[in-house]
Amino acid sequence: MDILNLLIQGTLLGGLYALFAAGLALMFGVMRFINIAHGDFIVVSAYLLLVAVLTLGLHPLVGIALVTGLMAGAGYLGQRVLLNRVLDEDILPPVLVTFGLSIILQNALMEGFSADSQRVPAGGFDTASLSLGSEIAIGLLPLSMFLAAIGVLGVLHWIFFHTHLGRLLRATADDAAIVPLMGASNAHTFALATGIASAVVAIAGTMLAMKTNFDPTIGPSRLLFAFEAVIIGGLGNIWGVLAGGIILGVAQAIGAQIDAGFQILAGHIAFLVVLALRPRGLFAKS
Amino acid sequence: MTKLLEARGLTAFYGDFQALFGIDLSVDIGETLAIIGANGAGKSTFLRTITGLRPARGQDIRFDGKQIAGLAPEHIHRMGLSMVPEGRRLFPSLSVEDNLLIGASGGRTGQWTLDEVLKLFPALTERRHHGGAELSGGQQQMVAIGRALMSNPKLLLCDEISLGLAPKVVREIYAAIPLIRERGTALVVIEQDIQQALKVADRVYCFQEGRVTLSGTPSDLSLAQIKQAYFGTEVA
Ligand SMILES: Nc1ncnc2c1ncn2[C@@H]1O[C@H](COP(=O)(O)OP(=O)(O)O)[C@@H](O)[C@H]1O
Ligand SMILES: [Mg+2]
Repeated sequence: MDILNLLIQGTLLGGLYALFAAGLALMFGVMRFINIAHGDFIVVSAYLLLVAVLTLGLHPLVGIALVTGLMAGAGYLGQRVLLNRVLDEDILPPVLVTFGLSIILQNALMEGFSADSQRVPAGGFDTASLSLGSEIAIGLLPLSMFLAAIGVLGVLHWIFFHTHLGRLLRATADDAAIVPLMGASNAHTFALATGIASAVVAIAGTMLAMKTNFDPTIGPSRLLFAFEAVIIGGLGNIWGVLAGGIILGVAQAIGAQIDAGFQILAGHIAFLVVLALRPRGLFAKS
Repeated sequence: MTKLLEARGLTAFYGDFQALFGIDLSVDIGETLAIIGANGAGKSTFLRTITGLRPARGQDIRFDGKQIAGLAPEHIHRMGLSMVPEGRRLFPSLSVEDNLLIGASGGRTGQWTLDEVLKLFPALTERRHHGGAELSGGQQQMVAIGRALMSNPKLLLCDEISLGLAPKVVREIYAAIPLIRERGTALVVIEQDIQQALKVADRVYCFQEGRVTLSGTPSDLSLAQIKQAYFGTEVA
């Protein structure tokens, strides 16, 4: 029963990691943009929810919707105004710029919220659980997060394969230079991609805020989880990030069982094993 | 005012290298123009400059009565100037149908719809859900032309649509040109095959090393003149 329990808890955690990974994969896939500040944007979203719920007194769901809208808009504008300027054949400038952004964000959060660890209360929801038999209890919060992750990935899938915007995003991923000849602006398409990615980041960050303690410095390790989930799953596949997230989550759950200090390391080991056996990921496009 | 496109003294540079030296060229409404010239003469560079893919700020390019030099390529496209790029450049992860539909991203509606394009190139109908990479070279070229038509252009630029295709396939592709003209679309066709160019065009321009060395109607031009303009040397 213990193993089953571990698998379940790890899988549910994997949903959150898939959300961490989805935004990163989307921006890289569409415009070869590596966003080093990705993890810090997740943390910024967590703090925004903190303000919405604790300062403004909003219901967490209203807060999530608000933060998601805000981040999507900020993502669109940030890409359009700032990040589009550093997009080029060369993938290094975006790395440098977002590395700087990452440090600025961490310092700003430290200034505004101190280094204290925080958590957003989810109104009792965070402690409620469903018990299956005597040994397995599934937390309602992890379960709904997992379902939300599936829902978000489902929406992304729908956007990519059933809308005109999705067609444009896939074409841009293939050959951005020729897309203006189709009558669509690259600047706008890139900004929409970042807007969507930022909405996903917001959902991931607000969930993180309710699930665990966070402080201004945890962004880079969330970035690392996101990278690992993307690379395990293989670039260019929306559902690959779910598989990547789940593998990472299960490995961490098993690691934590062996020893609390072993949790993160076990995730890295799983990542390295997959990387060694399948360097392009489990579900990479050929 | 019957000129649809008029470029005056057009120049283009790749770094320090000058690729075009003052090109004067015009296209009348409904006209089909062919541009011939050896490899590296600057034909593709000319089209890329007209479409806004290459910077043209401060130059003089009028399209449909408006100055378009320096505008973004998507703006120029939405005014009714569309291009079939050299080497087709289909989107490999899109199906044939998606490749066609994306050509309409600029929102220009008109006679050319998905159904009309499939009627023009019936070979594509049964392959509409296939990926672009699964098609033959000729079919890929049909998709590239259809994609450009989906924006209902006033002027369609075709860069070497016969390149690498068997003669029979080239004839099939060129059979579509009169049907496109019929609907009032003007064309600029870049073609290495001089005979093909003379057959299809109302007027021919010959480029050589970034300059126009000859222009006129096919009946005005002798083969000797064309060869001279094409290769730059007297051909015996
Ligand atoms: N991207 C580029 N960078 C540098 N030089 C280029 C580039 N594209 C074309 N050229 C040069 O510009 C000249 C014209 O090329 P192009 O317009 O492609 O000729 P054409 O289409 O007539 O074969 C050639 O000398 C070519 O080498
Ligand atoms: Mg060329």
